[in-house]
Amino acid sequence: MDLAGTERVAVTEAAAELLRELTEKHGPLMFHQSGGCCDGSSPMCYGRGEFRTGASDVLLGELEIDGVPEPVPFWMSAGQFEYWSHTHLTVDVVPGRGSGFSLEAPEGVRFLIRSRLLES
Amino acid sequence: MSRYAAPGTDGALMSYQPRYDHWIGGSYVAPKQGGYFENPTPVTGQPFTEIARGTAEDVERAIDAAHEAAPAWGRTSPAERAQLLNQIAQRMEAHLEELAVAESWENGKPVRETLAADIPLAIDHFRYFAAAIRSQEGSLSQLDEDTVAYHFHEPLGVVAQIIPWNFPILMATWKLAPALAAGNAVVLKPAEQTPASIHYWMSLVADLLPPGVVNIVNGFGAEAGKPLASSARVAKVAFTGETTTGRLIMQYASENLKPVTLELGGKSPNIFFEDVSADADDFYDKALEGFTMFALNQGEVCTCPSRALIQRSHYRTFLDAGIERTEAIVQGHPLDTDTMVGAQASNDQLEKILSYLDIGQQEGAKVLTGGTRAELGGELEGGYYVRPTILEGGNRMRVFQEEIFGPVVSVTGFEDFDDAIRLANDTLYGLGAGVWTRDGSRAYRAGRAIQAGRVWTNCYHQYPAHAAFGGYKQSGIGRENHQMMLDHYQQTKNLLVSYAPQKMGLF
Repeated sequence: MDLAGTERVAVTEAAAELLRELTEKHGPLMFHQSGGCCDGSSPMCYGRGEFRTGASDVLLGELEIDGVPEPVPFWMSAGQFEYWSHTHLTVDVVPGRGSGFSLEAPEGVRFLIRSRLLES
Repeated sequence: MSRYAAPGTDGALMSYQPRYDHWIGGSYVAPKQGGYFENPTPVTGQPFTEIARGTAEDVERAIDAAHEAAPAWGRTSPAERAQLLNQIAQRMEAHLEELAVAESWENGKPVRETLAADIPLAIDHFRYFAAAIRSQEGSLSQLDEDTVAYHFHEPLGVVAQIIPWNFPILMATWKLAPALAAGNAVVLKPAEQTPASIHYWMSLVADLLPPGVVNIVNGFGAEAGKPLASSARVAKVAFTGETTTGRLIMQYASENLKPVTLELGGKSPNIFFEDVSADADDFYDKALEGFTMFALNQGEVCTCPSRALIQRSHYRTFLDAGIERTEAIVQGHPLDTDTMVGAQASNDQLEKILSYLDIGQQEGAKVLTGGTRAELGGELEGGYYVRPTILEGGNRMRVFQEEIFGPVVSVTGFEDFDDAIRLANDTLYGLGAGVWTRDGSRAYRAGRAIQAGRVWTNCYHQYPAHAAFGGYKQSGIGRENHQMMLDHYQQTKNLLVSYAPQKMGLF
């Protein structure tokens, strides 16, 4: 599918700050958007390469964060992307109590997706 | 109405300890790195205990303890293990109200639900697996007159279990009961959102369990969950949660060539055919309750009937009645026995639900009732409450495709049987579904056509032991709640025995 030319994912300043801190602690990072129950529908943040993406995943974008040397790739499963492709995603952060194996949870915060419709 | 006193206050049935360490080898062990985290109640948002922040060292210690206990435990007779499970059930029954209050306070769910469902179901689950292991038989195959293949069930050894936060004690029970029945030792990590109630449960049953057979390591997924799930020293990993973590756990398991069972949620359709409205009788009333089941447990159920599909010929009248039933839901203090909907389990959960109400409306979904955070005031001011919400829209909207895990149902209409099945199956998931009709043949055909592991037919949200529960498609691997779960916690040992005195004649 053609992803070129359209910005699909961005970060808020609060999320960017958290990504700078997490990069300091854990090195290069990545996101994979989850689906399903419990902590599903949340973006999961891992050390780069911790989660193996493959042919069933789509790279939505590479987040450029000031102060973070390498861009942070944002992935989603292709099946899920079929249902999400009409929306733009912004990674935000809220106070929270953990989720899956995502790296920010011990800091007492949680990444959260805010969405808007993409201009067609 | 009556209200249970909050844990630890005057007149309370139970109290939590101010701190919980890890339960390892039959006693409490402080975390190696010394860290703790606060555990707030969603009822008020205030912390009520602190919890050990486990790391790899603690997980290793728990796995050591489990390995020490596993050989002797695995050699116990099915009768002994069944007796232990029955004793646990009996102890829980004697403390049912205390457990119900503990669970409600930690998770935010209404106590009327924990009294009527969570804890009684957990008790029955232990009894069910006590019976299942007693009645399980191996098999033998007579291969020829002198050759017999015997098939024995053997425990896996030490298994890892990662528990979700929506039904902390019941979900732990779904995993513990079959694992223990099968003769395994367990290292269990509760969710970091709800780490305490399982310790209260343990305080009631610890004297029954041989040390090391059940170990509880607390902590965050990244710090404690990962070393547990990726350990080469556990024989199996069981997880309930979401897809990305499910995949990650499978990746870790693949490195060790270990099996997993996964329950990863859904976006369950609840289908109301037109004949539901043929009469204003008990069945119609039951169907409206079935519609309103999306609000059960604040919608924090993997099988939440979060997509209502209503046949167009009775769409408006049935939906209007559904709105009325939804607006009659009593929301309030979870420890009030009249409260039907309590608090969401955590602040991030609340925020996520609100973000879905936002994108749903941006996509054109119409809010028919609810649609906002519930401001309940007083001591509940800091709690995490959402008004039961009905959205009307189309099945391709994101609120129809993602598990919001809140008291939110997305409603759309369908024309005929084929349209209903097409919509029901237009989802990545396949965990639960509901079918409502007075026509038994239609119910059967719909149930068989829907790609989901559990199709409630003229009922919803029943979770009895002895009915298999698990997912199709992206909803997971394995079937809990049934004796077939024993297979997921057992090896098959085949002894191939020759009783013939003569050699084969090859050498």
